[in-house]
Amino acid sequence: MRYAETGFNLEIDLSQGSVKRVATDPRLTGLHLGGQGTAAKILWDSVPPEVDPLSPENVIIFSTGLLHGTPVPGANRTSVSTFSPLTNLYVNSLMGGWLGPELKQAGYDKIVLRGAASGLVYLYIHNDKVEIRDASHLQGKGCQETATLLKQELKDPNIQVAAIGLAGENQVLMATIEHANSSASRHGVGAVMGSKRLKAIAVRGTKDVNVAHPAELWEMCNSKYKEIHENKNCGDPMAHDHNEGFHVDNFAWGNARTRRPGYWNKEREEKWTGLWKKVRTRDSGCFNCPKDCHYTISYPGRQTYFLKCFSKLTYAMAAFEEIDFNYDILGVTCAYGLDGFSTPQVLAFAVELYEAGILTDRELPDFPPDAPGRFFYLVEKIVRREGIGDLLANGVYRAARQIGNGAEAFDHNTTKKVEQVPLKLGVINYPFYLMYCTGEKMNITQIEGSFPQAPIADKERRKAFVENWDAAPERFRKWYLEWEPREHMPIEASVNVCDWNEAMHYVDDAIGTCAWLSSFRGQFGGSPPYHLFNLPKFISLAAGMELDSEGLLEVARRNRNLIRALNIRRGLRRSDEKPPEDHWKKRDPEMEQKHLDAYYQFKGWTNDGLPTKETLDRLGLGYVSEDFLERGILSESAGALCAEGSTGTVAN
Amino acid sequence: MNGRTKKKLVKEIKVNLDKCIGCRACEVACSGFHATPKYSSINPARSRIRVVTDLVNDVLVPIRAGDYASSECTGRQSFTIDGKEYSECTFCTVSCPARDLFREPDSGLPLKCDMCEDVPALAEPMCVQVCRVGALVYSEREEEREAKPKLGQMEFALQTLVEKHGLESVLDTVARMAKKG
Repeated sequence: MRYAETGFNLEIDLSQGSVKRVATDPRLTGLHLGGQGTAAKILWDSVPPEVDPLSPENVIIFSTGLLHGTPVPGANRTSVSTFSPLTNLYVNSLMGGWLGPELKQAGYDKIVLRGAASGLVYLYIHNDKVEIRDASHLQGKGCQETATLLKQELKDPNIQVAAIGLAGENQVLMATIEHANSSASRHGVGAVMGSKRLKAIAVRGTKDVNVAHPAELWEMCNSKYKEIHENKNCGDPMAHDHNEGFHVDNFAWGNARTRRPGYWNKEREEKWTGLWKKVRTRDSGCFNCPKDCHYTISYPGRQTYFLKCFSKLTYAMAAFEEIDFNYDILGVTCAYGLDGFSTPQVLAFAVELYEAGILTDRELPDFPPDAPGRFFYLVEKIVRREGIGDLLANGVYRAARQIGNGAEAFDHNTTKKVEQVPLKLGVINYPFYLMYCTGEKMNITQIEGSFPQAPIADKERRKAFVENWDAAPERFRKWYLEWEPREHMPIEASVNVCDWNEAMHYVDDAIGTCAWLSSFRGQFGGSPPYHLFNLPKFISLAAGMELDSEGLLEVARRNRNLIRALNIRRGLRRSDEKPPEDHWKKRDPEMEQKHLDAYYQFKGWTNDGLPTKETLDRLGLGYVSEDFLERGILSESAGALCAEGSTGTVAN
Repeated sequence: MNGRTKKKLVKEIKVNLDKCIGCRACEVACSGFHATPKYSSINPARSRIRVVTDLVNDVLVPIRAGDYASSECTGRQSFTIDGKEYSECTFCTVSCPARDLFREPDSGLPLKCDMCEDVPALAEPMCVQVCRVGALVYSEREEEREAKPKLGQMEFALQTLVEKHGLESVLDTVARMAKKG
């Protein structure tokens, strides 16, 4: 018997209309655990590097995490892994809610989709019954509306639905996949779904998920409910904190340009909270988690939608507007299925181009004079790919180059073609420099998280923090204790911090636990409910495998290097690895490169950022190093050098 | 009736709908507890508590499995509470043919909440234990019930005959049998 997982994937070819239930190799679970780890292996095996992300040959995988469907609280984040039309690289976009656990209850660990249907379809999964059905009646419907209609049509309110809206149907590169109170928003996963003409996935499952050591596992889980609920240092703080000063005073407004210190005040807090009380009808959680990080918002005249995280502020800040505008426009963008993180930056970028005379009334006929009017106008153009909307729908980086005429200069906040967090800071922070440069997810919130962003100024308080910091391996406690304000940590520390931060995300993304309970939250308060030292036991008891902290890190390293390899094979190199140029005012190019050298060396990568043969072989990724040698990405001489313990140089 | 009373222990789960966040931890815990061996599998479809969920319309109602009914009810009521409409089924605890709640997914046999009967007794049912947001709160209280005299075997049999044929007919029959002696 397989524990924690079902041992079966659904493989669906939408071009052929075929559905296969395929048994998976349990050894792969040992090597990658599940989630994006095993998804990356499938993508490596089945999608050659030259495949266009929006072509039928691309594969999009909905993965449950290894712990989905087990009693482990907070294991509910579903991975959507594919190649991104925005970056042309690998993307793993995550969503909370209930989809992953329901899929596992239906008897599958993953849905692996390839091909493209001839007309709009949806996928219906009810245990062993799996059907590709006509969805022409759902064309143009909003994401939530689609879910409601499918539940009615299938006469089952317990179905879990993931759907795209008009943005996904029209392959807008900021298109999301929306599910219940959550969404997989990043890097155009909704556009990939749209390119396959797949409007929605509807899942219902009524089967058992078995665990290996029931009584022991339950005992650990039962105490976690209470701990997670009471732990103020986990969950989404933005869901309940009405003091928005941290974001509105420090993050940049408009097209990631302007800081407005002192914007926040008591009067504004009262006004904003007053409106929140009017429009917010409930806070909801995700499957089997006692935190309630999602608002239900019913704004007059808009469809009900669900708000989470930073999208609470992003549109208002991009438009220099008050919070009312944010609630209003989200009612439209959530229905269309647009990423609340990148879309506002695209809109603000377009407004800047208009003000600079690069876009004119010819491209933007009847362009309204006011910011809200302009944003609504642009959203309609983008989701329909109408006129200039057809270019803006490709995101800031691509649109800037397609528009030309100086528009490139207004693209100042992207790296690897992705709109980054709108932050403009003073002095460089090296762990963050490394995370921005090298993170395969490109979004900082999906890379940072275990090690605090800055030292606590008061030495005694810092000491107390470190003493209670159970989640941290010893060396990080030492580095943090010695980190004085306005000083840089040693290079070795910065390298290790970057590595640890991202490793914990790779753990979450394999087992399906929410980053708000682990990988993202250690940096604030230092007491995430899940960490390197207790997760191995949860995984061992649920899945019946031997695993300790080092073993878990080894899996994270393997998954990390496999995903790196997917991107290397598609052309990613050191020259791509840099933060937004104006992210910090004070830079130090020489030190930055020293950090990058040290980081690559630490990871067992060449100076160009390629995993060496030795690194790959040691992680059981010999098939990757063979492929790299065959393609000439790695050379034999570099391989030999690596075997001697040097990172060497690499031909290519 | 002799007017005597006895105490009855009433176990109650108070449901605060305003506090439910829809996480369905109650379903996880229930299905785990009732698995064999305990907690060896999780399957909300086997849970004896289900959260009736319609997030868009802000309906989250945890209901526990009550009695089995072989047929669905004759009609439906719907309720409007604070301007929001709820169907009768949203609050109904019956395992009935009109829906797939509270039936074993494999056998179709009805499920019924046992308030987590266990030896030794649980302090509170599992669904309540894991509901940290306080949507489910357990309480016990004693209520007075009219004590009915316990019938002996023969009394019980006669009672059945009386219910079926009427006291007079039974008395006549007994008298006739006595005469025949």
